[in-house]
Amino acid sequence: MSTIIALVLLAAVLGFAVARPRGLPEAVAAVPAALLCITLGLVSFTEAVHEVRELLPTVLFLAAVLVLAYLAEKHGVFEYAGAAVARFGRGRPKRLLTAVFAAAALTTAVLSLDATVVLLTPVVLTVAARAGVRPRPHVYACTHLANSASLLLPVSNLTNLLAFAASGLNFAGFAALMAVPWLAVVAVEYVIFRFFFARDLVGQAEAPPPPGPAPKYALAVLAATLAGFAALQPFGVDPAWVAAAGAIGLAIPLLRRRAVGAGTLLAEANPAFCAFVLALGVVVLAVRSNGLGDWIDGLVPRHADLLGLLAVAGLAAILANLLNNLPATLVLLPAAAHSPGLLMAVLIGVNVGPNLTYVGSLATLLWRRILHARDAAPRTSEFLLLGLATVPVCLVAAVVALWAGLRVGGI
Amino acid sequence: MNVLVWVREGVWPAAVDAARELAGVDDAVTLVHVVDPAIAAGAQGAYAGLLGRGGWSPRGRTDPGAAVTAAETGAEEALMAAAGERLGRDAAPVFRRGRVEREVVEACAGMDLLVVARDGDVRRAGPKSLGPASRYVVDHAPCRVLLVWP
Repeated sequence: MSTIIALVLLAAVLGFAVARPRGLPEAVAAVPAALLCITLGLVSFTEAVHEVRELLPTVLFLAAVLVLAYLAEKHGVFEYAGAAVARFGRGRPKRLLTAVFAAAALTTAVLSLDATVVLLTPVVLTVAARAGVRPRPHVYACTHLANSASLLLPVSNLTNLLAFAASGLNFAGFAALMAVPWLAVVAVEYVIFRFFFARDLVGQAEAPPPPGPAPKYALAVLAATLAGFAALQPFGVDPAWVAAAGAIGLAIPLLRRRAVGAGTLLAEANPAFCAFVLALGVVVLAVRSNGLGDWIDGLVPRHADLLGLLAVAGLAAILANLLNNLPATLVLLPAAAHSPGLLMAVLIGVNVGPNLTYVGSLATLLWRRILHARDAAPRTSEFLLLGLATVPVCLVAAVVALWAGLRVGGI
Repeated sequence: MNVLVWVREGVWPAAVDAARELAGVDDAVTLVHVVDPAIAAGAQGAYAGLLGRGGWSPRGRTDPGAAVTAAETGAEEALMAAAGERLGRDAAPVFRRGRVEREVVEACAGMDLLVVARDGDVRRAGPKSLGPASRYVVDHAPCRVLLVWP
């Protein structure tokens, strides 16, 4: 009975998050559901507090990265990136696609997938349209790489942050393990995009003017923050502090010029989202500790051999498409926490998998189909086809690269 | 004679040049450009996939779909202005939203001639020099079609 209640609560939280009635934040359903889990005794109060305290540093880290990305935009980093992409593209669609891939993969890796989806995509559309090329492949590249290029660093995706906290790896170790899978995925996506959109990548437009001056200060702060993540962790400095320091470094000149206010920064840290993640953690804990945990642990292979890694990545990709990748990560992490290899395979699944249903999960896809029944609908079939063409190959390529890395590294 | 010119990204200058040479003083020239809303919808879908990010924001951060739509509109206006200037004579601009090839065919209603530039792989002659969109337009246009190399 308690299993059913926990599952109903999880379904309600996810359903609300997908439907977003009246545009209310997702936390509106998630926080009461978490409290209900405690009241009904599905999780004890101490367990819930323990879960929240485990997740809190990760969530604060995420908030710092969200603010960092927002401030980078205010400093003109994305505008500059767009101009540099246009310059490299020289009005040729294929060169432009190459540049967009580089920009999207780097933005996702350093400033998280949110930055690519929200901040880079509109810039790329403008660049492609101004260059006079058909923008479809370039915009789709952004939406795809936001997911699949989020393997490299712990900051690239919230799923990575969650696994990073559970893995016991350090920042540099995580990046070293994921570098080759990341490159493999980006390379596979690139080759498939070139074929898939071959007929859109034609024509020639005029070369754009050179980009304006680079936002040197912001780029320097971002580079220092990135170096600080890896360099300071051996000295016991948590990466979350480095991210916060980077955000403060970017904020100071803007606050002085009154270009941003403290209230805006707080809003950009998205406290409602942070509350949602913490509450979701408690609800997922209730689902796991009421019978489903053992069942899921039984599904996850014990050993990080090639077949085991492939199976975990596949399972994670399926769950990510059924539930969305955030709950899928929370559900699978404890089952894979005993092995860094399996954890990384979970990440490959939950990060690359969502491209199959480009809106993150089947539920979101169906909901959007209903919403868009009357007005302009996204070309769902085209996205699904692109997902089918890329996701399985990317998953296998990344897992094989991870497996080779594990063998070489002796982990 | 009513002449319709399809302003297509990457290949439009050839179509505009052909129309300029062809159209006499008594002819009316119309320029048509189509934006496919599916691109913005794709960007919006990617945002919808970010579970939990729809938090309350006092600035009302719009989702990237709206930003992409705005960028498309801006770029379209610039493109049509450039096309109008290259044409060097009065022309009625027509902005349409939908599947590119179908909108162009619908825009042909009441026209006598449609000027199309090949939008495929034009490095060699053959069927591939027509992309899927211009292939459809050439096959379905209800008026005479002038096909030019870009």
